[in-house]
Amino acid sequence: MGRPRQSYDGVVLTAPVSVPYERYSIETAHWWIARALREVLKRADLPLKDLDGFSVASFTLFPDTAVGLTQHLGLCPRWLDHIPMGGASGVVALRRAARAVQAGDADIVACVAGDTNQIDSFRQLLSSFSRFAMDASYPYGYGGPNANFALLTDRYMHEFGATRADFGRICVAQRANALRYPAAIMKKPLTLDDYLAARPIADPIALFDCVMPVAGAEAFMVMTEDEAIRRNLPFARIAGTIERHNAFADDPVQLRGGWAVDVDELYATAKCAPQDMDLVQTYDDYPVISMMQIEDLGFCDKGAAPDFLRDKDLTVTGDFPHNTNGGQLSAGQAGAAGGFIGLVEAIRQVTGQAGPTQVADAAKALVSGFGMINYDRGLCSSAAILEGAAP
Amino acid sequence: MTDALQPPPKKNPQTRTVSPTRPPERRSRATLGLSAAAAEGRFALQVCADCQTVQYPPRDACRSCLSPDLPWRDVSPDGALLAETTVRTSPNLYFRERAPWRTGLVRLDAGPVVICHVHGDCAPRGPVRLWNLLDRAGQAVLLAVPQERMPRMEDDPQLRQMTSDPKHRRVLITDARHPAVPALIKALKAAGAVEIYVGEPETWRPSPGRAALAEMGVDLQPLDVTDTGSVQRLAAEYGGKTDILINTARFLRPGGVLARGDTAFARDEIEVNYLGLMRLAQAFGPAMCARTADGVNSAVAWVNILSADALSNAPDYGCFGASNAAALALSQSLRAEFRGAGLRVMNVLTGPTDDAWYQPLPPPKVGPAALARAIVDGLQRGLEDVCCGDVARDMHERFRRDPKVLECERTMAGDQP
Repeated sequence: MGRPRQSYDGVVLTAPVSVPYERYSIETAHWWIARALREVLKRADLPLKDLDGFSVASFTLFPDTAVGLTQHLGLCPRWLDHIPMGGASGVVALRRAARAVQAGDADIVACVAGDTNQIDSFRQLLSSFSRFAMDASYPYGYGGPNANFALLTDRYMHEFGATRADFGRICVAQRANALRYPAAIMKKPLTLDDYLAARPIADPIALFDCVMPVAGAEAFMVMTEDEAIRRNLPFARIAGTIERHNAFADDPVQLRGGWAVDVDELYATAKCAPQDMDLVQTYDDYPVISMMQIEDLGFCDKGAAPDFLRDKDLTVTGDFPHNTNGGQLSAGQAGAAGGFIGLVEAIRQVTGQAGPTQVADAAKALVSGFGMINYDRGLCSSAAILEGAAP
Repeated sequence: MTDALQPPPKKNPQTRTVSPTRPPERRSRATLGLSAAAAEGRFALQVCADCQTVQYPPRDACRSCLSPDLPWRDVSPDGALLAETTVRTSPNLYFRERAPWRTGLVRLDAGPVVICHVHGDCAPRGPVRLWNLLDRAGQAVLLAVPQERMPRMEDDPQLRQMTSDPKHRRVLITDARHPAVPALIKALKAAGAVEIYVGEPETWRPSPGRAALAEMGVDLQPLDVTDTGSVQRLAAEYGGKTDILINTARFLRPGGVLARGDTAFARDEIEVNYLGLMRLAQAFGPAMCARTADGVNSAVAWVNILSADALSNAPDYGCFGASNAAALALSQSLRAEFRGAGLRVMNVLTGPTDDAWYQPLPPPKVGPAALARAIVDGLQRGLEDVCCGDVARDMHERFRRDPKVLECERTMAGDQP
């Protein structure tokens, strides 16, 4: 065990922004990121030239990075970050920006994730995703993440006796949540029968286990509590965060993620327990990954998530509100913004700004991230516990 | 058990021939080591020279001790199928057209976990063996197969995509006068080739073997690889139905540079062994490349039979060896040119063959049956590089170890008595 983690006292999250997604876009990642950035600046009433910290996550910016964006968007930050961690990028952006603000390296950091989705851009993204994927996974059927997660799901079902219906209940509840969320892409009600009868994609994965690649952007701001109060912005405090990469490398199949390494420390720093959460936002590229997080983040034992969730209501009004705006499964996966969607929604929830998806009296939220299928498993995991500021 | 592969229905001339598509070709330099092993039909992985950890996917530094010294070693291909999926849709055209496609996750006894293709005969979560095969992009892929051989397992649709199996295919042998041709015809028929066309040069000359070949039920056609017109005439009629081309044309005379008084034989060697290959490729290549996705009897392979002297030459057959080295070099260009269509070039390097031209050399020599077997086996396994006979294998091994040392060995004159 290393030295104790420092708290994030005095640093807060504000200005949650979701730019409504589109299935296909003729615009670029730069355009989507600019829209999100413009909106957070407007919320914070901050002129562009006064923004001194900028963090960006995106897959489709090539050949640019955060550096190119500074000139493209007219920024002059004294703190700049680019986070290539896909589904884990939201919490990782938060962690880094919070420390920068805490240490005085930046006063206000805008954290933005955005990607475009043009015809054929998903195929092109797959083909150059990582070296191991290029060498050792895409030549094998080129199923992309669908095939990778099909393998994990197959093994998970075999090890723990999970059924398709167990996964289906997660997807059905999220669709119900998405129907309340105006910006969700998937607007048709989904029943368990629809789920079970869906077109197979990569057995045992079928259509409604998969996210829809879309274009979109998400953003939030990190600043001192004093700054947020001065600007009259509702804010969330950061009770604890964790991050881990390439955990359990010797597990032959990924049935657990890096959260399991650090979960005790997460709750210890946050001085709370899983039962204290008013809502949970997991990274839901596939429902099996949500189950993995629910287990590894301490809500139940390994392999017990199917049982645990069977008598839970995962909708906004239920006893275990989960992915309250529909998550990626129903709102869409906007590239790296998929690593932000749960975090941005959680900030809205604990600050009472979630509108139609608002969970009653939401004060504490757990957000977790998962990203980057480099070869046979997701390498990055992250989680954060947020608390609404007492009024 | 695999369903028996059915012979193709008669081709409907009104339907469009499916254009060739390929699985992903790009690989990192490290991973090309796997393709090099697959070209010879070996299963090899990187093994750390410092700590012996077996690595996969291929990489540039050891995952347990960071050593950059990761030589490729033959390792046990056995393991267990941990998980599997059947991919039913893919953004990649090649797999989209061939869906459903079975892939899985195998834990090797040697340690690493491998994403691989899965043969239809593998039992879920059962023991498997990995074959390292070239796919239609010409790159190595790993296929899990049952540890016990199963009947008709070569007919598995995924496996057949990776081999050049003669079953149900039509083969053109370019020169009837090569001494191995009768054995080759026999082996191809045993392997299920449906039609065999055999080219015959200088048909006006008496040919002692002609009657025997005709009795074997092959289609003898005039073909002189030194005559562009002759090659083009045959290609016009047969190019569109040649699935496998085996170039047996050979002009061979002993001797190095000083053993000959002029360049006459060398000119013939170049005409047949080098330019003959080029003429055949120019005439038959385009038609074969257009038919590599044409169902059960699609075009799959181009076979060159080359002297192992092409690797490292010596004066006994020095001029012939030089023409073969030229052909070997040309075959590499051809391989790259055919690659886009997924048409495989297989080079069979052979030691001295057991015929009149090599009479002065001591054994071991390569008999006709052995050469035929090596060719058919190479096609069935989808190889790119085959060494036939002990001499060729020995030379290839030495070549791999150190080409310059091999040259020294081959060209040492020996002390005068």
